[in-house]
Amino acid sequence: MKRELTFILNGEAVTTEVDPQWTLLYLLREVLELTGTKEGCGYGECGACTVIIDGQAVNSCLFPVMEVEGKRVTTIEGITSKDGSMHPLQTAFINEGAVQCGFCTPGMIMSAKALLDAKDKPTEDEIKEAIEGNLCRCTGYVKIIDAIKSAAGGR
Amino acid sequence: MRGYEYFKPKTIEEAIKLMGSIEGAQYIAGGTDVMVMLRQKKIAPRCMISLRNISDLSYIDTNDGLRIGSAATHSAIEENEYIKRRYCALNDATTHLGSRQIRNVATIGGNICNAAPSADTACPLLVLDARAIIVGPKGSRELALDDFFLGPGKTALEKGEIVKEFVMPRFDESTGSAYIKHTRRQAMDLPILGIAARITISVKSGSEVRCKDMFCTIDSISNILSRLKEEGMRCVDARIAMGVVAPRPIRAKKAEAALTGKIISPELFEEIGDIAAGEAQPRDSIRGEAWYRREMIRVLVKRALIKSIDRVIRPDEAIYPERLW
Ligand SMILES: Cc1cc2nc3c(=O)[nH]c(=O)nc-3n(C[C@H](O)[C@H](O)[C@H](O)COP(=O)(O)OP(=O)(O)OC[C@H]3O[C@@H](n4cnc5c(N)ncnc54)[C@H](O)[C@@H]3O)c2cc1C
Ligand code: FES
Ligand code: FES
Repeated sequence: MKRELTFILNGEAVTTEVDPQWTLLYLLREVLELTGTKEGCGYGECGACTVIIDGQAVNSCLFPVMEVEGKRVTTIEGITSKDGSMHPLQTAFINEGAVQCGFCTPGMIMSAKALLDAKDKPTEDEIKEAIEGNLCRCTGYVKIIDAIKSAAGGR
Repeated sequence: MRGYEYFKPKTIEEAIKLMGSIEGAQYIAGGTDVMVMLRQKKIAPRCMISLRNISDLSYIDTNDGLRIGSAATHSAIEENEYIKRRYCALNDATTHLGSRQIRNVATIGGNICNAAPSADTACPLLVLDARAIIVGPKGSRELALDDFFLGPGKTALEKGEIVKEFVMPRFDESTGSAYIKHTRRQAMDLPILGIAARITISVKSGSEVRCKDMFCTIDSISNILSRLKEEGMRCVDARIAMGVVAPRPIRAKKAEAALTGKIISPELFEEIGDIAAGEAQPRDSIRGEAWYRREMIRVLVKRALIKSIDRVIRPDEAIYPERLW
């Protein structure tokens, strides 16, 4: 049976009908058509589905949709400014060459954003820890870490 | 997939009542085990009863010993300064569990109730003498964690029962603890072997240990142990727990008994490692073969004990748990 649900998505209140057995990822991609958030594994292993809920990075593929009621959810679509200009992390990823196929990028950026929102000047270890749940099969991580460092420096 | 209803009770009592009234219901906390099992079709519940919205279930209370609500997340435990200093083994486990995203939602109650032989918080809770406070349809009861695990995925919980909290005694400054998770890669890996230790020590004539700096050196473990022997350091009390070496996380009780009351020495630690290895029944698995696990028990029991001693002698260093000692 469908349920009605209200939560804050990328700064705006959203009310939508959901099936209780959906994950948040399913709602985002298949119903709300926000396909920036990716599904890699569906098992919490790869981090491609990372979104920020109430300030914390979370795997949306494991998050029961019924739990987002009243919560504040940010996806990759929600981090650009109102005028459409990119978030410093997005710019840094491009400038540092931290994107190859791009599949991991939205998740990486959301994990990095959760870190930078909590900590202005993270250490390299803290950066590595923040993205330890994000798999990248292309870059070898070095440029991703550089990009996060440079975004942190430029803030 | 057959659908399920999803309930979000606000109190433990409400949750237990719901569980009693619905056939095929399943408790869910952070969901990092449940949602995976669901997707793998290992479970097919009719209804989920979420423990996430029960307000009084995720506290960390350090007033007298340690009480941790079962819905406390690994992130919350990892960040707690008191646990970092006084319950190091638990901090070691929560900092290396899964990933940041997993730790942000996964709970200590879920880790223990899922009862995987590899559950990272199990060995630390065993050596920290944790007791589970359980609430159910017939009232509440208390169980030593050692009596909680029955086998892989099997616990002493009866139908409808919820773990409310884990309670641990206060340990004084002469007690240290550590958990070593032996993995192939640093993050996102289940342990090949998990070893936790807690030790209470006393030094001859109540004096301070003279050469604290020996722990900063790259000296061999046996040399360090020889120095401790010269200082007359005695083990007053000890706990050793081992994960992924039996159907459930176990204590190495014979090794604990052999260590208690003795002066620390290289020979003694050699013997303790052997006894602990003898108490394990490891199996061959994709992560490691039985003989390898047995060898590594000998190594890691020693390391975990020395790391625990290090944390008594140099408590300020203990707040930076490095991976390997
Ligand atoms: C990618 C990934 C990596 C992981 N890495 C690790 C790791 O490194 N180490 C490790 O140990 N685990 C790991 N896990 C397993 C899992 O994250 C942990 O076991 C976690 O602590 C489970 O907590 P949860 O709140 O998500 O449990 P849930 O999935 O919500 O529940 C697990 C079980 O416990 C029961 N339960 C939960 N709370 C209670 C309660 N209060 N009373 C009674 N029953 C209860 C549920 O009914 C269910 O049967 C990993 C999982 C994933 C997906
Ligand atoms: S899709 Fe969620 S972690 Fe891989
Ligand atoms: S850029 Fe291809 S997976 Fe990271």
